[in-house]
Amino acid sequence: MFYREAGDFKTSYADDSQTFPIAFDRYRYYFVLAVGLGIIPFVITDYWASAILIPFLIYAIAAIGLNILTGYCGQVSLGTGGFMAVGAYTSYKLMTAFPWMDMVTITLLSGAMTAMVGVMFGLPSLRIKGFYLAVATLAAQFFLVWLFNKVPWFYNYSASGQITAPERLLFGHAVTGPNAEAWVKYLFCFAFVFVLAWVARNLTRGAIGRQWMAIRDMDIAAEIIGVNPLRAKLSAFAVSSFYVGIAGALLFTVYLGAVEVGEAYGIQKSFLVLFMIIIGGLGSLFGSFAGAAFMVLLPVALKVLLVDTMGWDTALATHFQFVIVGGLIMFFLIVEPHGLARLWSLAKEKLRLWPFPH
Amino acid sequence: MKKLLTTVAAGAMLTSPAFADLMFPDLSYRTGPFAASGTPFSDGYQDYFTLLNQRDGGIGGVPVRVVECETAYNTERGVECYEATKGDGALVYQPLSTGITYQLIPRATADGIPLHTMGYGRTSAVNGEVFSHVFNYPGNYWDLASVMINVLLDENGGSLNGKSITLLYHNSAYGREPIRTLEALSAQHGFTLNLLAVDSPGQEQGNQWLQIRRERPDYVLFWGWGVMNQVAIQEAINIRYPLENFIGNWWAGADHDVASAGQAAAGYRALNMNRLGDMPVFAEIQQHVIDAGLAAGDGTNLGLVLYTRGMYAAMLAAEAARTAQEIHGVADITPAMMRDGMEALEMTNARMESLGMPMIGPEFAVSCADHGGTGRAIMTQWSGTEWVTLTDFIAPDDSVTGPLVLEDSAAYAAEAGITPRNCNES
Repeated sequence: MFYREAGDFKTSYADDSQTFPIAFDRYRYYFVLAVGLGIIPFVITDYWASAILIPFLIYAIAAIGLNILTGYCGQVSLGTGGFMAVGAYTSYKLMTAFPWMDMVTITLLSGAMTAMVGVMFGLPSLRIKGFYLAVATLAAQFFLVWLFNKVPWFYNYSASGQITAPERLLFGHAVTGPNAEAWVKYLFCFAFVFVLAWVARNLTRGAIGRQWMAIRDMDIAAEIIGVNPLRAKLSAFAVSSFYVGIAGALLFTVYLGAVEVGEAYGIQKSFLVLFMIIIGGLGSLFGSFAGAAFMVLLPVALKVLLVDTMGWDTALATHFQFVIVGGLIMFFLIVEPHGLARLWSLAKEKLRLWPFPH
Repeated sequence: MKKLLTTVAAGAMLTSPAFADLMFPDLSYRTGPFAASGTPFSDGYQDYFTLLNQRDGGIGGVPVRVVECETAYNTERGVECYEATKGDGALVYQPLSTGITYQLIPRATADGIPLHTMGYGRTSAVNGEVFSHVFNYPGNYWDLASVMINVLLDENGGSLNGKSITLLYHNSAYGREPIRTLEALSAQHGFTLNLLAVDSPGQEQGNQWLQIRRERPDYVLFWGWGVMNQVAIQEAINIRYPLENFIGNWWAGADHDVASAGQAAAGYRALNMNRLGDMPVFAEIQQHVIDAGLAAGDGTNLGLVLYTRGMYAAMLAAEAARTAQEIHGVADITPAMMRDGMEALEMTNARMESLGMPMIGPEFAVSCADHGGTGRAIMTQWSGTEWVTLTDFIAPDDSVTGPLVLEDSAAYAAEAGITPRNCNES
């Protein structure tokens, strides 16, 4: 009834090609922004920030990054954890070497450094594809983790090999370190998510995004119609790694504060982000957010439900979490192999016809 | 077990903060590759508090409430557990994970909640002038490394010159901690030190043991945890490495580590921070907790190495709470008071005897400057059927670890922007 194009007239090309052409969608988007900026920062608690919102925002960036590479450009990557580690260790080195540098610059530089590393490990993608490329990026994962363990310069020769984020201020408020307040950390991540998602949306529907999708759909055909595979694939690796690096940097500086590479950025992190985009939906920005929310929120929600509300034994609840999360993943993939994003768009299709489906 | 936890948790929810109680969070791990080590510790930790509630009505008349939170030895889950429980009046955190400890040191200090990392965590937290809210009595990794070398010195007539020693360690903050001390000791005593890292969780150790077989080091020192321990012991047996020269630290000397190898593992040695064997307190736990159906686990872990250690950890926490009650004259203490109690904690043989655990740990007194205890450890050996205590408490070489602690804590203070407090003034 409310959700339909009818009567929503466009009078310019800009209006016609906007991200949310349907008025209701647009209002919903503004509503989410308004809640995210106008309400949540004032009511956020430490628990909500540290356990739910900040990890969700950070993993959303990582999922968008991987989605650009895998969902839009069709290059499978299992090196996400390693690339996140590059972002984290770049931030750490920059934070300790240049204490005057502000966190925005540090985070962006960490992304840039990761983009360079990503391009380097993306070179094999020009010759190999599919599973073979997955194995090559898997090598990146293991190599990078090994490197950050092996070379003490990366962790400033500390006894334990842990890196710890020192306190850094932004506009007079601590963003990192134990004294950072929940709303500052939240807004910092929110700003990054907003800008990066906005950039990703416009990249993917512009010329370069179309090149990526052409490569994904059939690389030989794309080459014949004039897409340069070198440029398309390497730019996908660069942009994707930039996002993933920023996510890794934020995970270390804002969220965890102290990190050990093998534990925080191991192979399981690569799989986690890959699951996020598979469940959320390949080649969809909404899917990146939905997948991140699913993988971050579900374990916490189950814990709250099973342990805190129903009073189950913690070990039993944790085991059941695996069963339930695994079961839900299978359920979603059987019912809708294209992920939550597809379910969402199906729901929207239905809404357009409601209340008079034919 | 499920029924009990249900009642405990349900009771925990019914008990709103209006009732006075002492809340001890238990960041346990009963799932994942480290569950074998985490489960008995958590059982011991919870059962002792249950015993206090059942027998004495709590600590100083105030009942104890234990809130369990599963971390699976994962730092992100650990942070979630910390944030979920800290607002509930948590008195002291004992995460039983060096990785989670590193996360919690700045957070807990900022929130004013003490952190007790007995025999693990950040070693330089011994320096109370820098780490105001972190305690690691009765010992730490550097003491442990030093005790190991002292034992070997003793066995080799006071000289390790020309010997080769390999450190086989879990490739994490936990395993890397002793390296600095061992390097200093190696320079001092003239032995060569080889480092062999095993990636977490440690089920894959073929390469490392191949290297040990090739190099045949005189001694292998072992920093393992969870599933890694039994794999290492099996591998040592497979390559016929003389097991009495394979020495585990106090996290690698539990019953389940050697049980699967059984007789074949006879001779394997490990240090321990607490004494083993039968103690009067076990009979009381059996009577008041297990027979009453209130045990945290299924009751089979009673008296095992890590169960005893978990119980010891709970006892130290309970004694610190009691000390805090005495200092402040308040029964329902706050985390800040708990911190004062931990800093004033003094364990004497008489006190341990009266608690039904005679000589369970070394005597020590915590002070403002020294949060580390004595660092003494006993040597135990697996006979094939049980752990046999070989020695009394052995002292570490403080002249080696002392300067390292000062150096590392100064580096942390500089990095984190902490001005060390002066303990001599007040």
